[in-house]
Amino acid sequence: MSAPLKQIHLAAHFPGVNNTTVWSDPEAGSHIEFSSFAHFARTAERAKFDFLFLAEGLRLREQGGKIYDLDVVGRPDTFTILTALAAVTDRLGLTGTINSTFNEPYEVARQFASLDHLSGGRAAWNVVTSWDAFTGENFRRGGFLPQDQRYSRAKEFLATATELFDSWRGDEIVADQASGTFLNDARAGAFAHQGQHFDIAGQFNVPRSPQGRPVIFQAGDSEEGREFAAAGADAIFSRYSTLKEGQAFYTDVKGRLARHGRTHDQLLILPAATFVLGDTDAEAQELARDVRRQQVSGATAIKHLEFVWNRDLSAYDPDGPLPDIDPDPGEHTIARGRAQVRMYRDPLAVAREWRELAEANKWSIRDLVIETGNRQSFIGSPATVAETINSFVQADAGDGFILVPHITPGGLDAFADTVVPLLQERGVFRTEYEGATLRDHLGLAHPGTGAHQERAAS
Amino acid sequence: MSESSTTSSSTSSSTPLHLAVALDGAGWHPAAWREPHARPRELFDAAYWTDVVTEAERGLLDFVTFEDGLSLQSSHRTEPDGRTDQVRGRLDAVLIASRVAPVTRHIGLVPTAVATHTEPFHISKAIATLDYVSTGRAGLRLRVSRRRHEAEHFGRRTLPRFGPEDLDTPVVRELTAELFEEAADYIEVVRRLWDSWEDDAEVRDVATGRFIDRDKLHYIDFEGRHFSVKGPSITPRPPQGQPVVSALAHQSVPYRLVATSTDIGYITPHDTDQARTVIAEIRAAQAAAGRAAEPVHLFGDLVVFLDDEPGAAAARLERLDALAGHPYTSDAKVFSGTPAQLADLLLTWQRTGLSGFRLRPGVIGHDLEAITRGLVPELQRRGAFRRSYEADTLRGLLGLARPANRYATV
Repeated sequence: MSAPLKQIHLAAHFPGVNNTTVWSDPEAGSHIEFSSFAHFARTAERAKFDFLFLAEGLRLREQGGKIYDLDVVGRPDTFTILTALAAVTDRLGLTGTINSTFNEPYEVARQFASLDHLSGGRAAWNVVTSWDAFTGENFRRGGFLPQDQRYSRAKEFLATATELFDSWRGDEIVADQASGTFLNDARAGAFAHQGQHFDIAGQFNVPRSPQGRPVIFQAGDSEEGREFAAAGADAIFSRYSTLKEGQAFYTDVKGRLARHGRTHDQLLILPAATFVLGDTDAEAQELARDVRRQQVSGATAIKHLEFVWNRDLSAYDPDGPLPDIDPDPGEHTIARGRAQVRMYRDPLAVAREWRELAEANKWSIRDLVIETGNRQSFIGSPATVAETINSFVQADAGDGFILVPHITPGGLDAFADTVVPLLQERGVFRTEYEGATLRDHLGLAHPGTGAHQERAAS
Repeated sequence: MSESSTTSSSTSSSTPLHLAVALDGAGWHPAAWREPHARPRELFDAAYWTDVVTEAERGLLDFVTFEDGLSLQSSHRTEPDGRTDQVRGRLDAVLIASRVAPVTRHIGLVPTAVATHTEPFHISKAIATLDYVSTGRAGLRLRVSRRRHEAEHFGRRTLPRFGPEDLDTPVVRELTAELFEEAADYIEVVRRLWDSWEDDAEVRDVATGRFIDRDKLHYIDFEGRHFSVKGPSITPRPPQGQPVVSALAHQSVPYRLVATSTDIGYITPHDTDQARTVIAEIRAAQAAAGRAAEPVHLFGDLVVFLDDEPGAAAARLERLDALAGHPYTSDAKVFSGTPAQLADLLLTWQRTGLSGFRLRPGVIGHDLEAITRGLVPELQRRGAFRRSYEADTLRGLLGLARPANRYATV
């Protein structure tokens, strides 16, 4: 008999502030009303998904000095919405992106510990590291952080938050009404941290939460990002949803674990993936083409090109050829608040490659952007999509997928109703939650109590 | 709904009262957690908070406030006390409020936030989101913190060491003035961020491909002594436009914050004369700030121990004091008696110009039900309290109109 089948992990990313979210469809609902989030979360839980994921952005995007108006704009506060979702779900993990630059460890640790208590152990933190002055203009400290310090601050932020989570062993509250002993330890929550970025001490005021610490996610593809994840994260988001790229990333990141004294199963790799379902493969392909046209209007295509060109290209025809002028290689000033801009590290090379592609295929600007940027990961009938997802996971292109529907809030419904049952039939996805906490769903060990044996300030 | 009803009810006294309850752990008495119904092991569970808030909603109360702070609770005003015989540890108040929002329908939810160590950008979107998840029932109660050990939890600013005996020294007075000035800036930033999106900014104009009309989004460009914030918010304008902002005030400096910046001030008079004096001071400051025409509710804070049996509440308080090892004292008046006696007192005090009261239950497990099932029916019999919720939003319950957006051009 062959090795047992890997169990797939599935998560749902609430579609948000980017052009892959189709808002013009009559089926598209609100991105702000709580009813949208509640519907989405309940669907994910009905389908027995591991968790719901929420992205964050702390400054509205701009292009050419103006607020970007072509995509969905506006999001709720991460902690607030996740905690409210804990009221309308029982088992679904609740994962939120929280920035380590524009927050302080005491407050963030408190919020995550509170979310973990109030959800009965379902909290997860996706640590991100924006550092830019543009976002910093909304905060007291401004954009003080040099780019090369962002991972250093992120690492220290996470280490400090972990010290705070671990500052309560979990057995301090006795609440013995007869004797009048509430705490068995006057130093509960004591911590002292002194480092390059934080010099703080005192007592943390949230008792140890059900999961001990929230599950830690990390997104980021750079060398530093991969090392950061291998060293301490429980799961990593990747953007490689194709088989070959997924396998390469998987092998690379899992290969880094041993150096950090960690085992293969201590870090889950979960690529973000989009999907389009149809009754037949052909119908799904046709639908997918329609979705891509909705995602990339002519105006969107021009704006997308500006991420690379770093120039105002509004005079160009989206249905015409690519600009023959080269990108401005200087500091990026056109598109602000965009992660995409940083993905194109060598704009001149990207422009050259795109021009060649467009010429060879007779693509217009809009065709180019559609063909290179927004191809859905999984397209087909439910049977095809279930088979592809399963084969990718069994072939180690990931441990599962974080699915990003293109429509809010019903974009997950069909997947839940048609693909999930097929995965369950194959025995590769749970039919019931086995445990209560997100750590249980992900097969991650509980960090235990008293992870810090030494009382920091005793 | 009329802005503030002045028609007196046929059965009795005057304008209906507003009633709020201040929630803190097992209750405000330090020995509250030792009472039979206190559930002290559940203070960190969602079920405790949903039970408590749904009980308050059953009593038709206007809103609940959730206490909070960025250090362990202490019986000492300026530093940690190292005690283990009282409730220690608490969850983030904004998140408790969000957790109970989807399971309640009418009651206002007013968490506490500390201005001194947090970011106005974060709290603005958090309260806006609370307003969305509660469909218009969010408020904010803002605090400052002068505690040195709280500042050390953040490491961003250094506060002087001082004891309770130094509270009236020039150094502490200056610090207090500075922190409250910063808090006023904080509220200004939060409010501007709530207005930074016009209500109809989301246009979804398929013809032009525009999701928003960017001309209806506004940079707030706040520049103050303590921080600057660019804006706009990432969260669209919340359902109430401006969620309700409140603060507790004991002295002239915080009275000024109430007068210049809030929708509700909580004050702590111990008798009607004091109430009149404080209200006059706040109203004068309000007029001086050019806000005379704007409604600012003033609520009297009282710690309450209630039992139907005459003398029972006082005896209970005595028993709690014995457990704690000392008589309970508070910034607010400590009332013990029957619901009818409390109704008498509230209606008398109301005539000083108070809009309502924020009651702090001595023991939540006992005194909250005494409020919702004893005091409320008593006030209803006297025609002084609502018999059903007359509005779906907190502003609606408080008779506050939905404010126009300061940035909107008509």
